[in-house]
Amino acid sequence: MPTIRVQQEDFDPGAELARLTAGKTDVGGLACFVGLVRDMAGPERIAAMTLEHYPGMTERAIEKMVAEACARWPLDDVTVIHRYGRLEPGDRIVLVATTSSHRDACLDSVHFLIDWLKTKAPFWKLEDTASGAKWVAAREEDDKAAERWTAG
Amino acid sequence: MQLLYFGWVRQRIGMDKETIALPASVTDVRGLIGWLKSRDPRYQTALKDIASLRVAVNQELTDLDARVRDGDEVALFPPMTGG
Repeated sequence: MPTIRVQQEDFDPGAELARLTAGKTDVGGLACFVGLVRDMAGPERIAAMTLEHYPGMTERAIEKMVAEACARWPLDDVTVIHRYGRLEPGDRIVLVATTSSHRDACLDSVHFLIDWLKTKAPFWKLEDTASGAKWVAAREEDDKAAERWTAG
Repeated sequence: MQLLYFGWVRQRIGMDKETIALPASVTDVRGLIGWLKSRDPRYQTALKDIASLRVAVNQELTDLDARVRDGDEVALFPPMTGG
């Protein structure tokens, strides 16, 4: 049963990974990605970042991505945790973890999920810089990364 | 109809949500945006660059040609930047 949480609070990656495999002996692999707030955006130093999201749609959008991942790869379990609110450099933003009998399934599905979260989950980032607050623009590289996974 | 705004769309319009009575002449998202722009200069500015707007109808991502009806929840926002 996938775990999807959209929350303000921090999370404990170790505890989340332990929970995914607790009491199981048939899981061959666990892959995980943790996204963190960087202190630089291009040439500008960032004091903080505020993530806004669309409550309701965010959870539904992530559920759909997770269902898509489960349809594409033989996954045992999935955890996606995405934070919102005010975060500072070094803070954790997102955790994606999947388990499977096989390494390719978990590694590839984590990559897929984080690529889709970048462009298909309703979050918006406002960076607090020395020259004022700035909305983070969507990046073409992120669109391309997400498109890679589009069934062709 | 419930309208929701996020990111710089919210900031430029100056509110995060509003309830409107949808005119009978408006049948799709493109028409809705055109109608909003005719109401007030703030919408004109916020929704000027239609190519950089994204839209969800009833919490499903869709496009400007999506049909809308009174009672729908329609959200307008910039391209998403999650992860």
